[in-house]
Amino acid sequence: MSRQPMTSMERVMTAITHKEPDRVPLFLLLSLYGAKELGMTVEEYFNKAENVVAAQRAMREKFQNDCYYTFFYASIETEAFGSESFFVENGPPNAGVPILDTIEDVFHLEPPEISESPGLKRVLRATEMLKERVGNEVPIIGVAMSPFSLPVMQIGFEKYLEMIYFRKEAFDRLMKVNEAFCVAWANAQLAAGATAICYFDPLASPTVIEKEVYMRTGNVVAKRTIAKIRGATATHLASGLTLPVVHEIAQTGTAVLGFGSADDPVALKKEAEGRVCLIGNLNGLEMVHWTREQARQTVKTVIEQCGKGGGFILSDGHGEVPWQVSEETLLAVSEAVRLYGTYPLK
Amino acid sequence: MKGFEDLLDDFENALLKIDRINAASIFRGFTQESKEFHPVEQLVVGSLDRIGEKWELGTVSLAQVYMSGRICEELIDEYLPKAKVNRKDSPRIAIALLIDRHALGKKIVTSLLRAAGYEVADFGDGLTPERIVEKTIESRIEILLISTLMYVSALKVEELRGQFDREGYRVKIIVGGAPFRLDEGLWERVGADAGSRTASDVFDLLEYLGDGKGVS
Repeated sequence: MSRQPMTSMERVMTAITHKEPDRVPLFLLLSLYGAKELGMTVEEYFNKAENVVAAQRAMREKFQNDCYYTFFYASIETEAFGSESFFVENGPPNAGVPILDTIEDVFHLEPPEISESPGLKRVLRATEMLKERVGNEVPIIGVAMSPFSLPVMQIGFEKYLEMIYFRKEAFDRLMKVNEAFCVAWANAQLAAGATAICYFDPLASPTVIEKEVYMRTGNVVAKRTIAKIRGATATHLASGLTLPVVHEIAQTGTAVLGFGSADDPVALKKEAEGRVCLIGNLNGLEMVHWTREQARQTVKTVIEQCGKGGGFILSDGHGEVPWQVSEETLLAVSEAVRLYGTYPLK
Repeated sequence: MKGFEDLLDDFENALLKIDRINAASIFRGFTQESKEFHPVEQLVVGSLDRIGEKWELGTVSLAQVYMSGRICEELIDEYLPKAKVNRKDSPRIAIALLIDRHALGKKIVTSLLRAAGYEVADFGDGLTPERIVEKTIESRIEILLISTLMYVSALKVEELRGQFDREGYRVKIIVGGAPFRLDEGLWERVGADAGSRTASDVFDLLEYLGDGKGVS
């Protein structure tokens, strides 16, 4: 007897509560890919909320995606602090010169007003428009950079590491500013209609910062920040190793955890079970060269490894599908989810 | 008295703890005893190599790799003039960040090479292929190290190679950075001569591509 298919919202909410929905939810995290969909340059595309809304709706229809993704690009947040973004062809914009020249500048930094940032206002407008159109049928996923990871764009990695290791008072000051901004930004997106916030925190990965240092810095920051965000969060480490910190990240109060292709999915599933829902882990760069068969096999394998009992959403492992991945590959991934991800799993 | 292996362990541990004072104390003690650069290089490169291998295994962080390199670079910069030891007679090497502006990877590799006594010209960040070609030819560079963070920047290496070919200038290109780690065949597809998975891989690649010229 066939069951009535769930809506995307029901499917995702069931998976997040560690139960089996009708099938494994699919989150193709398509951001700048929308520019390709509409035949525009990346800069032109992100200049209007209406473009993002139109592309998100068209791509969901085409790929049977289970979410809308209102992430524009990471440096849109540092634009709010006064820096520039550099647009390139067929890829995400790069953050420009850091707004903080020296570590001492941290003591003069204040959190910007969301309402005064044209870029952030466009994201909020896109979120509102999507919410008006879809109501509660499809989750809308917003993004906020974690206060702990944002400084890589604000001051550069090298000076930030000096702060983490040797300048505690400057580090604490920067976290205070960034936490206020992150909470305001995440809550503004939730108020505009986002269902959940993806809390991007690449520096939480032991690939980037050793666990012992993360535990007394970024983990404490995440606990404080996530407690003030008025909605569900999904923490994403953008391809960094996740397994060694899965328990610690689950304890920050986040509901979902992103993982990449470097992690061991079987070990991760065991550690995450009942604690945090997993989202991952297709390798976006390998997807550029996949055949249809490779797409099917990879999806099949990861569903076998992580799908049982729910608590799993299929996605890429980085948080953004590259422009260079073909539509055929995305369609093959989408078909494979329906073929191999229907519960009960075979 | 401690043997070399024990010293290597102590130095590596001090680096991994980002303990500048202890690392400097071990290093200075050792350089006072050693009259030649080779054993000093073995201490520094040996430790950084081990740290690079541990990063590959996921047991140390990128931050530890970077900070270790910086500490060693500072120590070598202090040691070479005092010891009146020249840097190596190596191929002419330059490093550049193509398009991107996140320079951590480039700085790690530069620190490692300088800590091992190499001269490395740093061409800078956010550079176009045209600018890199211009600087490379002007400085008569033999080995060019290209660092990238973004995939779309990694793809630009192909354009860079094409411009060198059109200029008729022969240079060995070694690429590194996240896109080349995540897609193992990418270095070859974009026309590089080699891809470096970790910063310390660069020593073997220099040996291989530099025909061993002054590189040990």
